[in-house]
This record gives sequence, structure tokens and C-alpha cells, in this order.
Amino acid sequence: MGRYTDNPNAIAALVRGGEVHRDVYIDEELYRLEMRHLFANTWVFVGHDSQTPNKGDYYTTQIGDQPVIMVRHTDNEIKVLYNRCPHKGTKIAIDRTGNTGKFFRCPYHAWSFKTDGCLLAIPLKKGYQDTGFDDSNAKPGMRAVGAVKNYRGFVFARLAEDGISFEDFFNGSLTSFDNMVDRSPAGRLEVAGPPLRYMHQCNWKMLVENQTDTCHPMVAHESSAGTAVQIWKEMGYTEDDPKPPAMEIIAPFMSPYEFFEDMGIRTWPNGHGHTGVHHSIHSKYSEIPGYMEAMHAAYGPERTQGILAENRHNTVYFPNIMIKGPIQQLRNFIPLGPNRTLVESWIYRLVDAPDELLARTAMYNRMINAPTSIVGHDDLEMYERAQEGLHASGNDWVNVQRLYPGPEDFSAEQVENGTTERQMRNQFDAWVRFMTADMPGASAAMQEAAE
Amino acid sequence: MSVTRDDLIDFVYDEARMLDEGRYTEWLDLWLPDGHYWMPLDWQQEDPLLVTSLLYEDLFMLKLRVERLNGARTFSQKPKSRCHHVLNRPAVDVMDNDSGRHVVTTQMHYVETRLDEQQLLALTARHDLAEVDGRLRIANKRVDILNCDAAFGNIQLLP
Ligand SMILES: [Fe+2]
Repeated sequence: MGRYTDNPNAIAALVRGGEVHRDVYIDEELYRLEMRHLFANTWVFVGHDSQTPNKGDYYTTQIGDQPVIMVRHTDNEIKVLYNRCPHKGTKIAIDRTGNTGKFFRCPYHAWSFKTDGCLLAIPLKKGYQDTGFDDSNAKPGMRAVGAVKNYRGFVFARLAEDGISFEDFFNGSLTSFDNMVDRSPAGRLEVAGPPLRYMHQCNWKMLVENQTDTCHPMVAHESSAGTAVQIWKEMGYTEDDPKPPAMEIIAPFMSPYEFFEDMGIRTWPNGHGHTGVHHSIHSKYSEIPGYMEAMHAAYGPERTQGILAENRHNTVYFPNIMIKGPIQQLRNFIPLGPNRTLVESWIYRLVDAPDELLARTAMYNRMINAPTSIVGHDDLEMYERAQEGLHASGNDWVNVQRLYPGPEDFSAEQVENGTTERQMRNQFDAWVRFMTADMPGASAAMQEAAE
Repeated sequence: MSVTRDDLIDFVYDEARMLDEGRYTEWLDLWLPDGHYWMPLDWQQEDPLLVTSLLYEDLFMLKLRVERLNGARTFSQKPKSRCHHVLNRPAVDVMDNDSGRHVVTTQMHYVETRLDEQQLLALTARHDLAEVDGRLRIANKRVDILNCDAAFGNIQLLP
């Protein structure tokens, strides 16, 4: 036991207004506590239900550091099970996706389980007669996580048996998922292929914070977006000429500070928030033939206008995903250690919309978020430099003070200037509460806040 | 003019050497204007457009990519990366002097390094070559990474 275990006051002291202590990014003990408390007590993204369309289809992933299987049960519901045989601990499935039929079968001793985890059969079962097996920890079979919610196709889980409800946890932030899904004339998304998998030697929170960091694109991405604009001009085009899709995607990264100030940031309680309240870098994408007609047919002109007028940029769902509604992308920042994060970038097809929309989404994903992306390269360079730089002593604190007005209340939805770091502070407010709420000795106020 | 097998094989060796030596102006000049450099994300991926790829870039994007490498504010290239291709003998799959279209497949090992990091990728490169005005050009290029579905850190130069 170190400095922070069962010590809610020490954890709360890491976050003070406009500053956070560097230990939140580099300390091994805090990382383990995040896995045990934060990732167990919050609602964490698992997968999309179109990844497992048929009964017996499964997908393996992790929630924090916990290996899990998402599977479609015989009753058509999505179950999320710990990926561990109750017998010897063997992982039941190690391929990323597959179909297991009506039951899982452990490859070690052929114990089998229904797709809701219940123990189905053990070979040579008489060997367990009169052994008290019915009272063992193996008898219940593969354990299910505490709670599962399928929200319009997006599957979330809470590891803890008890805790905050899905609705209370996400509250108003679900409007960003609604907008993304409503952009399909059928009101449905389908996963489009495997995700990009990009390894980052940095803390997962740096990535989450970067999603609403509107003061970095024109600086860190000058080499890609700035050069693109320059080549475009050298080719004889002006600002107003119609741009090819690649230019539509990359040029807005060079927008001036005022653009980002004016776009606005909205925060919701429990660490959620988004950039692009009024407009965003996705606002000016060209219209795709056939899409508007399909939307009008599905929703009528007024509702269509309402859906497409929202161009939210990045919505952070605390703790560790981001979605882009206008381009149907989800990025999952999977923590692997205090200084190691796997970033998965998924894309989705708008059911009943023209393919050109998906083509633009796929282009965005590879141009911006691939390990081969000229935009991603500079982001990763910044994170990894920060991860190394934070080991420098002499200053223990990281600054998140931009547009900090003094002590803040995060318990209600709020809209601010688009360059504020309020959303980062909002995340740390939630971080402290969900880290400490189930620690012995946590103050009553903290426990209440996380309920 | 008609090309020989050796012309096709030499072309692939020469292209790899240009990339290793960073002779990008020359390299861009190998491409036909509507060519695409494709690096799939998935094993045996068939569709470059409606699922994600690692790369699927036209000449504009390739030009942007190589110009960026020399920019004053290209932070991920301070210091610069270096790369190195080791080629198996290219296999000429199609040599059609009537149409002037040829296909060459080459197994390669690709090493990229920067600071204290070095990574090794096993590649299969497929070159669609076309003879235009008596000169071989790249019509399309596809590079499959053996472990394309693994998680990578930055791959900054061109495998
Ligand atoms: Fe960025």
C-alpha cells in the first residue's frame, strides 16, 4: 500500500482549481487505483451491437484492465462477461471476434457455459460429487459485469454491481449520441470494418484532454494542415474554390483562434463535454447527393434541419471515449499502464445513407487518426514529449487554467468560450469523485456526489 | 519500346532506393497523376474506400506528406526518421507489352528508426506499372504489412 490507496484526501489534493499534480499521469499506484475505482464505478464503452449481429457472435475487449467478452445471447440481448474460465482462469476467447454458437467451451478442460455465462456442463462431472462444488466460486460459471446498457446500439458496462445509473451518469450528454445516430435516415448505425489501433506511450488522460484542446490544432498541426493550405494555394486555388474531400477535412485545422473561441464548449456533469456548440471544423463539408432526400423522407424537412444544424466537434464521454457525430467516428482510449494507451478509432455507416458519407468518414479516420497519419504523428509527438517531460522535477503541476474563473460548479450543464479548459477541469472533478467514492474514509459529500 | 523483366525488377529496386535516400521529388515524378498509394488496415482487405485503411493517398496527399517532412515546424520529424528497405527479388506477375501494363510483387523488410526506437515491418508490395511515353510509371501501389492489424506507434516514412 502506497501513498494513495484508501487515502481519498491525498487523491483530492492532486486536483486544485486550475492545476493538477503530475502524479495523475505518471504514478503507477494511481494508475492501479484508476483501474480498481474509476473504471469500475463509471460506465465504460464496450462496443457497438452491430459488431455482434447474430446470436453467439462475440467480441473481446477490455474495460480498464479487465478482459471482457461482449456476446449476443440466445434471447438476442447483449451480455458482457469477464473473459475468464471459472475453473483455472483460462481466457475463454482470444480472437477479437467470432461466433461461439449456443455456448462457450473452454479449450483447456471443456467446461462449457451458456452465452449468459451460466455453467452448462463439465466432462466427467461425477468427480465433483460430494465435493461441495455447488458452493464453490466456479459453480456460477463465467461472471457477468455489474450492469450493461445498450444505448441506440452503443454498449456500455459498469463493472461494479451497484452504483450510479446509466442515465444519471451521462445525463444531457447523450444528445451527442442521439445526433450521431439520427443522422442515419433509418436511425441506425453499423460498424464499418475493424478499427485503427494506434499505440501511444503516454497516459490515457492526455488523449482525452486533447479532444477538447482547441488551442493546439493551428500550432501542432501547422506542418500538415498549414502545408496543405499552402500547396492548395500554389496550385492556383483560393479559399472559396470547391475543395476535394481531403482539403475539406484537413484545412479547417488551420482555422484561427477566433474560430475556436466562437465555436463554444459545453460541459455536462460527471466529466462529459463537447467542443463545437455553434459550429465546428465539420460544419462546411459539402453536401452529398441523395442524402438530403433520404433524410427528408425519413424525418421531414424541419426535423432534418434540426439534426444537420448540429455540428458538434468532439464529444468526450468520461472516462475514456470521444465521438464525432458529424462523421460517425468513435475513439476509445484504452489504458494499458500509466504511460501506455491503445487508441482504437472506429467508424460507422449511416444505414440508408449514400456510401459517399462513409467514404468521407473512412478518409477522415485514415488521414487524421492512423499510425501513418501526418496529423496523428504530431499529436503523438506532443503526448510522448509530455509523458517524458513530466518526470522533470522542479514543478509538480500541470496547468489547466485557461479561462478559469475561480472555484467552479460542474453540477449543471454549461456553455463557455470554445478555448476554455473547463472541460479538462470537469474531467478532473469527476476523476476525483469516482476515484474516491468507494474508498473507506471518503467524505459523505464525495460519496453522495458520485451516486 | 518494349520493357524487359529486368526493367520491371530494376524499377522496383530503384524506387525503394529513392525512398531510403529521401529523394522524394524524383519519387513523386514516378507516379501517374491519378495513382493511389494504398496500405490496407485489414489482412486481404478488398475495399480501399468504405472501410478504414492505413493509407489510401492520391498525388496531392503524397505531395503534402513528403513536403511536410522538411517543414520548419514538423515536430515529429525533429529529429528526422530514417528508413531502409531490404528487397526480395521482385516477381513479375504480369508483363504485357501490348497494353503497356505490368504487375510486379515484391516481398520486403522495412526498417524505420528515430531516436532510440527502431521498428521492423514485413511487407508485400504490389506495383501496377504503366509505360507512358517510353517510360515506366507507377499507376498504383499497394503495400500490405504482414501484421497490418497490430497496434503500431508512429510509422512516419513510406514503407
Ligand atoms: Fe491534434
